[in-house]
Order: sequence, then structure tokens, then C-alpha cells
Amino acid sequence: MYVVVVGGGQVGVNLTKLLLAEGKEVLLVEKDAKRYAQLSDEFGENVILGDGTELGTLMDTGANRADVLIAATGADQDNLIICQTAKILYLIPKTIARVNDPKNEELFQTLGVDATVSSTRIIGSLIEEKIDPGMVIPLMALKGEVEIFQTELGPDSPFLNKKLSKLKLPEDVIIFAAIRGNEVVIPRGDTVFEEGDKILALTKKEGKEEFRKLFL
Amino acid sequence: MKVVVLGCSRVGAVLAAWLAQNKHEVTVIDWEYNSFRRLPQDLEIKQIMGSGVDREVLQRAGIEKSDAFVAVTNSDNTNLMSAQVVKNKFNVSKVIARVYDPNRAKAFEEIGLNILCPTISSAELLKELLLKPEEEE
Repeated sequence: MYVVVVGGGQVGVNLTKLLLAEGKEVLLVEKDAKRYAQLSDEFGENVILGDGTELGTLMDTGANRADVLIAATGADQDNLIICQTAKILYLIPKTIARVNDPKNEELFQTLGVDATVSSTRIIGSLIEEKIDPGMVIPLMALKGEVEIFQTELGPDSPFLNKKLSKLKLPEDVIIFAAIRGNEVVIPRGDTVFEEGDKILALTKKEGKEEFRKLFL
Repeated sequence: MKVVVLGCSRVGAVLAAWLAQNKHEVTVIDWEYNSFRRLPQDLEIKQIMGSGVDREVLQRAGIEKSDAFVAVTNSDNTNLMSAQVVKNKFNVSKVIARVYDPNRAKAFEEIGLNILCPTISSAELLKELLLKPEEEE
């Protein structure tokens, strides 16, 4: 898989590291020459100097063969236009935008961005979680009202000591992973959840409300 | 006509002044207070400070009751995003964005935005001027 990451700030850099560690082909695009010089020491050929919205830069990345483009700069307008040009001019199948103003998430998706990630919203939810344990933390909003979220199982969770297949989940919810300590468990029907497991689930918006009511 | 102009750039200021002189109701948005100094003092032009991609700022500028929106900040991306916010969220009949980069201009024209590309327009004008025979002195 070939991933283009635009924006060499903290988010872009860490994402690039993560993807490289997973063995993916990654190209990081940074437009500031000074920052680029620092980054090229660390990333070598995996980073180029250029403006992600300029046609020339995207050509250099071989953008037309990228499977995914992630716009992770600090400015929402840049992230939106980077994703849109990638879609319109290069037909890149999947674009993901970092969103700083949570109001823009829905707008970006209306305008053709496939997925948005809002750290503002995640942090906001984490703060809420401190007040309301068992809070469902949204991690990523996908097209068509689908969300990925995370929730940690407390001592009173009805998920404990039951097989996944015996849990009556709402129709629109799939639990696709659980984080147990440093391990990631991909659950099957006979998986039994433990206290402290962080569950990752995919759900439609309606399903999430039902899920919250039933189990949390 | 009620018009919101985003960006008190040189073009933005000249356009706003012309509109105000011709009895149109004009509001100018810019996030830099000093930019408003480009506006003539003797005309009635409403000034709003803030970011033009923020729909709350656009609402404060009265976008909901406006007939036209013109985005002429010095950032192509800001102009393109704000034009799309206005088109998608508010019922404004005329929306125009200035885009310097010809490639981006072409891409967004293709998806139905009304774009002014001064790079292309200037080059066309220059071509005409260059090809025009010199007048005899």
C-alpha cells in the first residue's frame, strides 16, 4: 500500500513513523524548507519538499498511484483542498483529512473527503470521559454516518465473562478489536472480554446510542 | 444587492469601495485589523474581523441574507474552502472565488465553482498587449 502524508508537523511525522513501522510505502510532503531539512535527516527518501496543493508536488509523489492520501497540516482549509485536488485530479481512491475545527467534519465529508479525524473532538470526549465513565470515545467519523469508537470495560460492565457470541449487540455494531495491555485481540465468537479491555467498534450513529443504552 | 467580500486585499478593498459607491450593501471580512485601512473612510462599509472559513464569522457578516459572496484573500485554499462553505451551508445565489493557481482553478471549475483565475486572465491580457501593433508616434 502506498500512502502519501501531507504536513510534517507532530501528527504527520508520527503517522509516517507508524506506517513505516508497519511496512507500508510512505511519502511525507513538507512545504517549509527548514522543517524539511530536519525531517530529511530522519526520513531520507521518504520525505520531499513541496506544497501539497501544488500540482507539481503531487506529481513528484507519484500521487496518481497512491492508495491513500492523508492531509495532516494544521490548517483546515489546506487539508480540505489537498484532499479534494487529490480526488479530482489524481483519482486517489481514499483521502483522510485532519480536522481542527470539529464543525468542519460533516462539511468535509459532504465535499468528498472519505474520512476525517478531529483531535479536538477526541480530546473533548476524553475530558468528558473523566466525568462520565463508560463514555464512548469517537475515534474516526467515516462516510455515511459510520463511526469507529473506543470504550474501556469497567468492573461493572455487562461485557465481562461472557462470550462475544452470547452478547446481544445492536444490529449496526461490530466489535472488531480489543486492546488488552499491550496486546491487540481480534475477537471471535468465543472471545471472552476482561475488565480493562479497550473495545474498538464500528457502528452507525443509531447503533451507537442503542449500544450505549444497553451496555454502558 | 447585498454582498459579502472575504479578504480586504487590494482587490477586495477596491471592489468593496466600488460596490458601496454604487449603493450596494457591503460587508468585508478580514482577520487582520490593519487590512481595513485600505478602505476609504467616507463610505459605509461594514467590517468583520475573523476567519472566512468559519461559518460563525460568515453568519456575523450577514451571509444568510446576502445575494453574493466574493472570496479574494491571498490564500487560494481559504478562498476555495469558504466558497464551498457558503455554497453548501447558505442560500447565496452568486459565489465567486479567486484562485491564483491555474491547476487548482481548473479542478474546482470542473466541480461547479465560479472561479476567477487572475494568472490566466493577466497572461491573456498581456498576450493581447504584446500582439497589438505599436502605434506610430
